[in-house]
Amino acid sequence: MDLSSINLFVLIASLMVSATPILLAGIGELVVEKSGVLNLGVEGMMITGAVCGFAIAVQTGSAGLGFIAAALGGAALSLIFGFLTQVLMSNQVATGLALTLFGLGLSALLGQGFIGVKGIDVGPVPLGPLADIPGLGIVLFRHDGMVYVSLLIVAGVWAGLRYTRAGLILRAVGESHNAAHALGYPVIRIRLAAIAFGGACAGLGGAYLSIVRVPQWTEGMTAGAGWIALALVVFASWRPWRVLAGAYLFGGLTVLQLNLQAAGVKVPVEVLSMAPYLLTIVVLVLISSGKGASGAPASLGTRFHDSG
Amino acid sequence: MIRLEQRAAPAQIWTFATPIVAVLLTMIAGGLMFAALGTPPVQALKTIFYDPLFHPQFASYSRPQLLVKAGPLILIAIGLSLGFRAGIWNIGAEGQYIIGALFGAGLGLAAFPSESTILFPAMVAAGALGGWLWAMIPALLRVTFRTNEILVSLLLVYVAEQILARAAVGFLRNPDGGGFPGSRNLAQHSGTQNLELFANSGLHWGGVAAIAAVIFAYIVMTRHLMGFQIRVAGESPRAALFAGFAPKRLVIFCLGFSGALAGLAGLFEVTGPAGQISIDFNSGYGFTAIIVAFLGRLNPFGILMAGLLMALTYIGGELAQLTLSLPGAAIQAFQGMLLFFLLGLDVLTNYRIRLARRRGA
Repeated sequence: MDLSSINLFVLIASLMVSATPILLAGIGELVVEKSGVLNLGVEGMMITGAVCGFAIAVQTGSAGLGFIAAALGGAALSLIFGFLTQVLMSNQVATGLALTLFGLGLSALLGQGFIGVKGIDVGPVPLGPLADIPGLGIVLFRHDGMVYVSLLIVAGVWAGLRYTRAGLILRAVGESHNAAHALGYPVIRIRLAAIAFGGACAGLGGAYLSIVRVPQWTEGMTAGAGWIALALVVFASWRPWRVLAGAYLFGGLTVLQLNLQAAGVKVPVEVLSMAPYLLTIVVLVLISSGKGASGAPASLGTRFHDSG
Repeated sequence: MIRLEQRAAPAQIWTFATPIVAVLLTMIAGGLMFAALGTPPVQALKTIFYDPLFHPQFASYSRPQLLVKAGPLILIAIGLSLGFRAGIWNIGAEGQYIIGALFGAGLGLAAFPSESTILFPAMVAAGALGGWLWAMIPALLRVTFRTNEILVSLLLVYVAEQILARAAVGFLRNPDGGGFPGSRNLAQHSGTQNLELFANSGLHWGGVAAIAAVIFAYIVMTRHLMGFQIRVAGESPRAALFAGFAPKRLVIFCLGFSGALAGLAGLFEVTGPAGQISIDFNSGYGFTAIIVAFLGRLNPFGILMAGLLMALTYIGGELAQLTLSLPGAAIQAFQGMLLFFLLGLDVLTNYRIRLARRRGA
């Protein structure tokens, strides 16, 4: 066993990379839940984003276009959920599960021709001298663009929810859709927009896996990341910066597990692989056992029907 | 302008009609999907829904498969349906199924090569216990810490899969297997096997258990106080609270019951059709059973029909893979679509569509 082979700076840099998919999906789901909708289909939207992104990136040779396609794919899929739950008022839990199932099937169909295809190279954003700062350069300034985009999205969501009128309305809809409706806000349209945003973010998260991190397409490659993203939102008590902290914590755990394996720690692979899921459960328990309000939007998961 | 108007009571006719309409719509949409994939749609649908039962060449093999596949789906879905009606969401049946199979198979392998007649019943009990214990984790966390059971039960699926992987290559591996992963074959050993009860029927003990579960669930839901509590808790949690029903007991019962049935399904599968513990002996029944539960309207007899239909799509999907080289995932997309249509059409049960002018216009 040789733990000295683990370099702390490299470790931090790689945890940021490994956390980016769940960070993107998590921050999207946070916005959805803030609007009062529980979409359990994150996994399905991520995997659809992964296949759309990979396919377009490989065909055009452009990672940027791949990510755009992934966001559109994820958003399109999420709108199926949006239509069913918002317009036809179907049960959100069941519809979300159906979305995951459908997304897994659809992505496998779309991705048939791309199994074993080599992905494209996505280099770091050239930040010149910043990248050469010892330590900090490795940690912060040698990443690919999506790592920075994900941080910008978190900052944007935080500022948007906290300081803008749109954010206030979104939160109002999530806390009490009847009150928001009485004030004249279009509850369903706002929720559909939030759902589409969440789908786009989940799509980006999935595509980050297939375009940057792996980079390849395999069936079911998200392997439960969507569910971790859902847990992350609860973990964060619906606060954007805590989603970031939580995502990096999970990313760190994943990276540490890989490093421990590489360093030859004598623990069965399976025990290390189940660690992130067990840790998520422990965190969920800690959060839910805490006293006082958990921060969950009051209308979360409930049906809205304009009966007037 | 189309408006939806809430019905005073759910429309009985639509409760029964929506599954049928949903299946028809799925066939149409699925046909379009197959056409887009370059497969002749009519032939694809015929292969999936008709050939498994009536094809002169394949039907003799695939007809018994109907009960083999429907058994676990019905068994698990029945368990899930009680919780779903009470608003308790166990979506980790796949994990309970795996752990049940590991418990039961573990006992059988520990007793190997015993041929005692009580061994198989003991394994069945161990299977139910395993599933029940695995479901007790989310149940106890929910009642003591109010932790969301959806997330916990689901995350535990991934944990169970890792334990299964460890079992297949490690502690349950066949010592005479030359180092290959996978346990001894339980189906080939008379003390532990779960064979067809009638030749070529596909009916094994799992199917019998599924039918028993249907009847049991029907009695509980219509004749027993627990069923009444489940229905009240699902339709009006506040009313249930005022009536003095203990919500915690309901959570423990519903999760425990569904876990035990999922564990049973796993045990019957591993001692019968699958034969051994291997890394991927579980074939996603725990997830598909969720669709079965909804397709059957959370009603025991509905679930029986839905399980058979879903089993048909599985077998038909395999047949289509074989004869039309349709990708295996197509059937998953197909099943997802079915659930979409079903959930969407539910609106007709609870709401009336009215053509009305926009107010104030």
